[in-house]
Amino acid sequence: MSDLVVAGLSASYRQNKVLHDVSFRVQPGTLTAIVGPNGAGKSTLLKVMLGLHPRLSGEVSFWGAPFAQVKTRIGYVPQRGSVDWDFPTDALDVVTMGLYGKVGWLRRPKAAHREQAMAALEKMGMAGYARRQISQLSGGQQQRVFLARALVQNSDLYFLDEPLAGVDAATETAIMTTLRLLKEQGKTVMVVHHDLHTVEEYFDHVLLLNRTVVAHGGTAEAFTKDQVYRAYGGALRWTGGA
Amino acid sequence: MIAGLSPNTQWVLFSTLILGMAAGLIGCLAYWKRQSLMSDALSHAALPGVVIAFALLGFKSIPGMIAGAAVSALLGFLFIQWIQSSSKIKEDTAMGIILSIFFGLGMMLLSIVNRTAGGGQSGLDSFIFGQAASMTGKDVRTMSALALAVIAAVAIGFKEWKLFLFDSDFARGLGLSGKLMNGIYMTLLILVIVIGIQAVGVILMSALLIIPPVSARYWTQSFKRMLILSALFGGGAGAAGTWISTLGKGWPTGPFIVVVSSSLFLISLVFGFQKGWLAKWRHVQAHKRQAAEPLRQNARKEESAV
Repeated sequence: MSDLVVAGLSASYRQNKVLHDVSFRVQPGTLTAIVGPNGAGKSTLLKVMLGLHPRLSGEVSFWGAPFAQVKTRIGYVPQRGSVDWDFPTDALDVVTMGLYGKVGWLRRPKAAHREQAMAALEKMGMAGYARRQISQLSGGQQQRVFLARALVQNSDLYFLDEPLAGVDAATETAIMTTLRLLKEQGKTVMVVHHDLHTVEEYFDHVLLLNRTVVAHGGTAEAFTKDQVYRAYGGALRWTGGA
Repeated sequence: MIAGLSPNTQWVLFSTLILGMAAGLIGCLAYWKRQSLMSDALSHAALPGVVIAFALLGFKSIPGMIAGAAVSALLGFLFIQWIQSSSKIKEDTAMGIILSIFFGLGMMLLSIVNRTAGGGQSGLDSFIFGQAASMTGKDVRTMSALALAVIAAVAIGFKEWKLFLFDSDFARGLGLSGKLMNGIYMTLLILVIVIGIQAVGVILMSALLIIPPVSARYWTQSFKRMLILSALFGGGAGAAGTWISTLGKGWPTGPFIVVVSSSLFLISLVFGFQKGWLAKWRHVQAHKRQAAEPLRQNARKEESAV
């Protein structure tokens, strides 16, 4: 059974229709890049699927159920720029937030929760920064904290919005290693990605998006010169293989 | 000093202390929602509700006026939202529009009511700059109970407020409804404003909501400590300002609270451990010394070589 089925999805943003009749299915244990030009609706697609942005029409189902019934099985890493990093808190505290659902509302996190959060920071190579103010972390380190927060959720399906935008090479490697590991554990990962050069190297599936689905499938079939040209409307120099 | 005051004044002091603490806490939430100005707009927007409630009832009833202020502030909030969603006007402009219209309307109604029989002696003027001394024992008890409820709401949901303020999208993903949290936040904000206007006044209520969190920010890098400090600053300013205003006959409370609150802000600005001027200056000096050390060593080597 598909992990995620999207059928006939449409959505608008400030009176502009940004998504039109988007339909696709995602199989378990896949690592998919969502690729498309600026304004193609990539971030909006994630937000609509997660119920953070209203949809005009269409259906989204996870393991045959609507989002509200399965939200504990879904992890989301928003764009780094979507939060105020000047907020007074440290890295460990942000990662612990990923466990708030498990801690229970109006209850305080216990030592065991903080240990779990610490382990996730360690996986991202950030153990030494646990008590560092988040405002004092570099962009790459902030992104790793965000990913660690998603890891502690121990979800089955992960959505990441531009996790590799503006990060250093070490962070890029750390993030991709983690995502591959998740995939090997049978989890499903969807990543909004902007760098066309690395799509073939990093991902096994591609969803080419420009307001609607241009192509979707294994990287070899979907990520071809013609399809990418169609998605980007020709405003692009092809640097890939086929 | 405190013991020498009448029991009623002691109660008034206690209630403005609790009110200041509640305002300091809610102000912190507003600060991280980047809506400090909203609290100012809503406290001004409460004035016409207070005056209309008085005019309708014909006498000064605190529950009636609190209800009037709440309806009026809520209307102001809805208008701000409506202006934003139905036009290209930005939030700060929308708040400015509503603030001035509602406050102007309130002043107009007030002058009409004051001219009618009984209106002049109503003490309605105290709602503009605040007159803590004019509060009765019943007012004080109502105000303190509501302020304590606000403090409890922030303390119990500490973890939820932190999550909601830092990353509301992620919070929704975890099942914490943004609509619910926003609703509670607006309710608490309006509650603090309406219970504060009698003591502090509609114009200066923002001094208790905006200045304490900004001052607290200079001292700490922890959200919890920022909340606690902001509550202490707010409570301290509330109580100290009220105490000073009792020294003279008919002195308004609000201005003295602002003076105390601003003094705390100036101290924080200069001496704050984290972001104060002194801390920043020391930081820069330490860096300069570090950077200059290799140069100095080189100079010494050259000297000894000569």
